[in-house]
Amino acid sequence: MSYKFIPHTEEDIKLMLEKIGVNSIDDLYGDIPREVIFTKEYDIPSSMSEIELRKHFQELADKNKSLTVFAGRGVYDHYCPSVVNHLLQRSEFYTAYTPYQPEISQGTLQYIFEYQSLISELNGMEATNASMYDGATATAEVAFMMVASARKKNRVLISDTISENVLRVVKTYCHFHGVDLTVIPEKDGVTDLDAIVKELESGDVAGVIVPTPNKYGIIEDFTGFADAIHAKKALFAINADPSALAVIKTPAEWGADVACGDGQTLGMPMNFGGPYLGYISCTKALLRKMPGRVVGATKDADGKRCFVLTLQAREQHIRREKATSNICSNQSLMALYATIYLALMGKEGMREVNVLSADGAHYLYNRLIESGKFQPVYNKPFLKEFVVKTDLDIDKINQRLLDKGIMGGISLGNGMVEFAVTEKRTKEEIDNLITLMLED
Amino acid sequence: MKYYDKLIFELSRPGRKGYELPADKFNTDGLAAIPQNLLREEKAELPEVSELDVVRHYTNLSNKNFGVDTGFYPLGSCTMKYNPKINEELCVMPEFTSLHPLQNPDTAQGALELYYNLQHALASLAGLAEFTLNPYAGAHGELTGLMIMRSYHDARGDKKRKKVIVPNSAHGTNPASAMVAGLEVVEVKSKPNGSIDVEDLKPLLNDEIAGIMMTNPNTLGMFETEIIEIAKLVHDAGGLLYYDGANFNPLLGKVRPGDMGFDIMHINLHKTFSTPHGGGGPGSGPVGVAAHLTQFLPNPHVKKAENGKFYVDFGKESLGSISTFFGNFGVMMRAYAYILSLGKENIRNVGPMATLNANYIKESLKDDYLLPIPGVCKHEFVFDGLKDKSTGVTTLNVAKRLLDYGFHAPTIYFPLLFHESMMIEPTETESLETLDEFIEVMHKVAKEARETPEDVVNAPLTTPVRKLDETNAAKNPILNYKALKENA
Repeated sequence: MSYKFIPHTEEDIKLMLEKIGVNSIDDLYGDIPREVIFTKEYDIPSSMSEIELRKHFQELADKNKSLTVFAGRGVYDHYCPSVVNHLLQRSEFYTAYTPYQPEISQGTLQYIFEYQSLISELNGMEATNASMYDGATATAEVAFMMVASARKKNRVLISDTISENVLRVVKTYCHFHGVDLTVIPEKDGVTDLDAIVKELESGDVAGVIVPTPNKYGIIEDFTGFADAIHAKKALFAINADPSALAVIKTPAEWGADVACGDGQTLGMPMNFGGPYLGYISCTKALLRKMPGRVVGATKDADGKRCFVLTLQAREQHIRREKATSNICSNQSLMALYATIYLALMGKEGMREVNVLSADGAHYLYNRLIESGKFQPVYNKPFLKEFVVKTDLDIDKINQRLLDKGIMGGISLGNGMVEFAVTEKRTKEEIDNLITLMLED
Repeated sequence: MKYYDKLIFELSRPGRKGYELPADKFNTDGLAAIPQNLLREEKAELPEVSELDVVRHYTNLSNKNFGVDTGFYPLGSCTMKYNPKINEELCVMPEFTSLHPLQNPDTAQGALELYYNLQHALASLAGLAEFTLNPYAGAHGELTGLMIMRSYHDARGDKKRKKVIVPNSAHGTNPASAMVAGLEVVEVKSKPNGSIDVEDLKPLLNDEIAGIMMTNPNTLGMFETEIIEIAKLVHDAGGLLYYDGANFNPLLGKVRPGDMGFDIMHINLHKTFSTPHGGGGPGSGPVGVAAHLTQFLPNPHVKKAENGKFYVDFGKESLGSISTFFGNFGVMMRAYAYILSLGKENIRNVGPMATLNANYIKESLKDDYLLPIPGVCKHEFVFDGLKDKSTGVTTLNVAKRLLDYGFHAPTIYFPLLFHESMMIEPTETESLETLDEFIEVMHKVAKEARETPEDVVNAPLTTPVRKLDETNAAKNPILNYKALKENA
């Protein structure tokens, strides 16, 4: 009976059954209708030892191809210092659960407080929650937050320049929750303020969500947005890349009430799509409408500074169907990841990551345009990601690159292709990419 | 260093750094190409610390935490089982962590195969036709499941079904998920033993009911013995049955939700399938469905072609997308490793041994603690506080005193059916010796409550911090370092 994760010996079982006062393990299931007891064999493999398990995983791993990545679309190949993974493997962090018992969870509570401080600082906002699942679900929850704050207004505007991976999720959430979502068409690759102003006229808009950098990598100019939106008593939210916020204008500087986005850019491995984290930050005024857990500072019985889960009256375990959201488990360990990453990179490092990425991206952009084979599309400012167009067969080129271990730009159709460059890409890699692309 | 109490910001010194990046060889000024009004005015006030500062700081923080590796963690409904170490090694293999979610599927066949195999394994273990692994957590799985429920009725043109039945003993996420999914909650009453009152259920069933959400065993750890009849009643009324997989652990190896008549369920990989709880996440909440619902599963969906190749599908009848990509892939790798480790043989003992452990604790402590529902439980059970009510010692006091003795507290004040709920779930990975130590301490606390109640009421005394002022934390929220400095 005994297995390495199940320590019961035959003798243990006998002794325990006696204490319980039953004759067999089956007696513990005696209340279950016999016809639903599963007696057949499960369709899963036989038990594997660690040796066999490693072999199996290596076989699967060999069927993957690690690539030199020049693509983004919401996921970027940033570098993460070695220290982060080492600290994340402290099992005192990863084998704990939600810090319901603050006296023995100060480690978790304090890193969440630090995480909230760091994300608030990047966004210029006063409050940040302890994390959401991802950037897309965070954005959907912001739409709900807007409607819940507005009372009697049930419409949210979202710019079509937001990544389609995010928009898809926001649409699903709004459809089922019954929020009237209007997608504002783009104009020259950026959000069309005139279209927003027109929609705001009807007076039923609870809030407006816009992205920066947007799905084309363009840093949008939100001049006039906050005034126009606030004039109609609607809320203004910006979906942002938290890494980029170390250099680009912050949601707070644009006059936004809410900020949200995906934390993958904070050095998290691409990991085939997750885990990353979603974040929501907001002004103090909206704090009690924000979903998710929040940690606050307080004092203990001896007057010592400490941290605790707070404002829980918004949450599902207290309010049930009247809660601000159904979220319970979040992405806490990834919040620790982001915290340690930001602590290491710090004030100068976060700027340097952006400078290196932007310099590499602009170098690639300039070289592509100079080649005469690629043309600009929008002529708008960008940071690490941009779109160009070409008459070349981009699918053919990408297949050629793939054979050389490179993930090229992502084809957007109509000859448009989008590239992303991070601090990990060297000048040699970029030169090599260009040479391979222009081969024929 | 239990009393280490600095914040990372307090270690910061201007000019110090904890990173090194390659020299910039591009001879191109990217930021100069961006108009000044689109740039941040001042640098973000992030810490300036050395690498060793960071390592010591977070190592010291970790010492103020309690995890499964520290000691017994009988937190009810959370299934705090051991997190196998081999899984932590396998899930960081660079051949997986370096994969971009949008890279050509031909170059990610290993990841897709793992994903597909896990979908298949869960389907077999749950007795359902097909799974999606996209949901990020249990509550996210509930939401996805309810979206499937609504999609099913909508596809049939049955648009009236906007209500879902939820027992009053359900986890708080159930009614909250229903609200997010745009469904109205209809509460069905529980009998004194916590199971659904079938007579109360019958009049609630009509053509406006989309379905019912059930937890089986329920939050009192009791199996819903009338499940077959309930399933028939709900199906006959045109509704679907949703299974809250938070309590799936006791049934693993013994009973499959699909065989009980459930149409939709979620599984918490971070409970039943041993992936770490991570201080609150990331978890993973795969959702399985019976054969008549597979077309509604969310996009993207991983499938296997006839030629054996794995591909990413976007179905037309799908409810849409509920995640940016494929969900928490790293968590799935761990769950897959766990299933393969146990294999079809050992997995049969998971539920039975979890159930044995829970019943052993229950029977050993019922003289000192009030057991409101006698009889055999499954993986967990609930005490309604101390048996001797004359001491004035509450469940909260007992919970805090356990911290002094090196145990994590049970889930307290849930379910709401009792005033002094104390929900204990030991899981199958704990040995008889650990259970006996816990039992001994619980007896000791009961004795203290009778003889020296102040020791219990004033607990904890030995933890890194003592009783916290939670009222003030909520009244004057200080949520970041800046605010903390201003309030100093």
